[in-house]
Amino acid sequence: MFRSNVLICGGTGCSSSKSGELIAAMNEELKKKGLEKEVNVVTTGCFGLCALGPIMVVYPEGSFYSMVKVEDIPEIVEEHLLKGRIVKRLLYSETVQEDVVQSLNKTAFYAKQKRIALRNCGLINPEIIEEYIAMDGYAALGKVLTEMAPADVIKCISDSGLRGRGGGGFPTGTKWSFAAAQTADQKYVCCNADEGDPGAFMDRSVLEGDPHAVIEAMAIAGYTIGANQGFIYVRAEYPIAIKRLQIAIGQARENGLLGNNIFGTDFSFDLEIRLGAGAFVCGEETSLMTSIEGKRGEPRPRPPFPAVKGLFGKPTVLNNVETYANIPQIILNGAEWFASMGTPNAKGTKVFALGGKINNTGLVEIPMGTTLREVVEEIGGGIPNGKKFKAAQTGGPSGGCIPAQHLDVSLDYDSLIAIGTMIGSGGLIIMDEDNCMVDIAKFFLEFTVDESCGKCTPCRIGTKRLYELLEKVTSGNGTMEDIDKMEELCYYIKDNSLCGLGQTAPNPVLSTLRFFRDEYIAHVKDKKCPAGVCKGLLNYYILPDKCKGCTACARKCPVGAITGKVKETHVIDKSKCIKCGACVETCKFDAIIKM
Amino acid sequence: MKTLAELQAIRDKARKEINLREENPDAIRVMVGMATCGIAAGARPVLNALVEETGKRNLTNVTVTQTGCIGLCQNEPVVEVLVPGQDKVTYINVDAEKAIRIVNDHIVNGNVVSEYTIGTAIK
Repeated sequence: MFRSNVLICGGTGCSSSKSGELIAAMNEELKKKGLEKEVNVVTTGCFGLCALGPIMVVYPEGSFYSMVKVEDIPEIVEEHLLKGRIVKRLLYSETVQEDVVQSLNKTAFYAKQKRIALRNCGLINPEIIEEYIAMDGYAALGKVLTEMAPADVIKCISDSGLRGRGGGGFPTGTKWSFAAAQTADQKYVCCNADEGDPGAFMDRSVLEGDPHAVIEAMAIAGYTIGANQGFIYVRAEYPIAIKRLQIAIGQARENGLLGNNIFGTDFSFDLEIRLGAGAFVCGEETSLMTSIEGKRGEPRPRPPFPAVKGLFGKPTVLNNVETYANIPQIILNGAEWFASMGTPNAKGTKVFALGGKINNTGLVEIPMGTTLREVVEEIGGGIPNGKKFKAAQTGGPSGGCIPAQHLDVSLDYDSLIAIGTMIGSGGLIIMDEDNCMVDIAKFFLEFTVDESCGKCTPCRIGTKRLYELLEKVTSGNGTMEDIDKMEELCYYIKDNSLCGLGQTAPNPVLSTLRFFRDEYIAHVKDKKCPAGVCKGLLNYYILPDKCKGCTACARKCPVGAITGKVKETHVIDKSKCIKCGACVETCKFDAIIKM
Repeated sequence: MKTLAELQAIRDKARKEINLREENPDAIRVMVGMATCGIAAGARPVLNALVEETGKRNLTNVTVTQTGCIGLCQNEPVVEVLVPGQDKVTYINVDAEKAIRIVNDHIVNGNVVSEYTIGTAIK
């Protein structure tokens, strides 16, 4: 028996801040003190509070240590694990209120969260199947196989109101019923883990922290629609997720939870992993299946829908990682339990990857219908440096922006569509007054231009032309006609593209045109970038009354654009200046401004 | 995995190791004084005995943890048992054997082992 558990995050976020070294150092230090039989060091998945990584939690006290360094390990072992004195200086400051340590679940970041898809992330070791089973893992599969008919499962999922978490929001139960209704010699279950939106890492964290939940759910889907083979399509850029999935599939096979005659029934099911090579379009369902088939990842027209004619031309159910992660919980706790959370049209919770200009970057799971204000001001801890909230970007390159006047919008499928954006897969990027909205639209469009597969013309050429128009605006050469032309082109691309990538690609432009048209006009008419981002419209000036003539900026300037004698005011030659901003950072007297 | 019973068996076994990670405000807290004085007087074997015994008896409602010096250094090892809603009971001069008895009599059966408590033993 261990008397204490030390949980150290082994997710991608904390791994990159060297949590692997912490684990090794902790094990070594424990051995040195002879505590290795008393204290269990557990590598877990993501805790969500990535901004404070690497994270370490010590139980039974539940002490939440943040930003731990290897040098801190001897102190933690000596003081906390040996003598029982919590090392307060390393605790997450929110958990210490007036010098009293309080529960993590009471901190602003966690208090409003409701963890279903992430329930095991940061709690169990994802590489040990027994820990998943201890958290009622595979009990849902057992229940389905021994007590429920496929129709019962479909009813349960339909009644729960679960909708696709990958962005589309299609009712999962309905999707399954379509595939179940088909007669075919072979059917397939697929999992979309090709998470490609910039800044989104919900699916990665689920796979890294709780891979068995996805495996169990896919087996349940297989039983429900009558499939005996599944594929998980995961991007190759997720090495930790792939490794843990492989381990998990291996352990599930060893324990007879994948393979033939699971739980002694007639049901057999097995899984294979397919690695995506990094094409964004492969996150689109028809492209994903084409890619699994071994062909170039390009979309195909729908209908026929995958439920009728999917992978290898057979009926297929394809769901996103987060959707699957909810399934075992719904089976075990019942449809009513799940339907009791969220809004009338969006049940349950949604995981968001919170990023950008926000204090608590990381992963949050909140009931559908939580307002954006709660996420930004309470869970996210507000905007750093006292800046003002300007907009939130949701849905990545397919989504749009939520401006400050809609800060009280309820985060669910329909409310976001009503204001011209979408919930998407869950990327939530917060922007402050220093972000130029035209530049943001350009950033996302550049991404889609790059990632357009090229099969259909509206997307391939349309996004490129749209990007060029944006470029014209941000460089100060745009006209008012260009803005109208952009809008027209946006609708053309939306209406005529073959797949979701093209159909949604203009959304960032349309959404910023809708809420921040004044910024576009400022770029065109006043030749100014209000946020001071677009380099083409910026000029750097030296304020004569502040310049001391120290020559620091002139020495730093990479192109020799600054001239002036010692102790005399310097000047910037606009024709040479490349607007890199190096002089601003160098000047000790705040004498250089950009406007 | 051929039966649900097999799954249940794995679950119950693994559950013990996980239990520690859940916050349980109703848990009985057993605290062992583990400052320098406590450790010198042999608090470590006491702590281990408490953990082993609660594990053996599947006492999921008990957390064994350490605490600092409470100022009774001459009476270490000190073990405090805190049952929610009841007064704290302090045992002194505990060793591994006494610890096992505290678990069995006090925690399992609810009978305070009065001969080890500070009130009795100090006289």
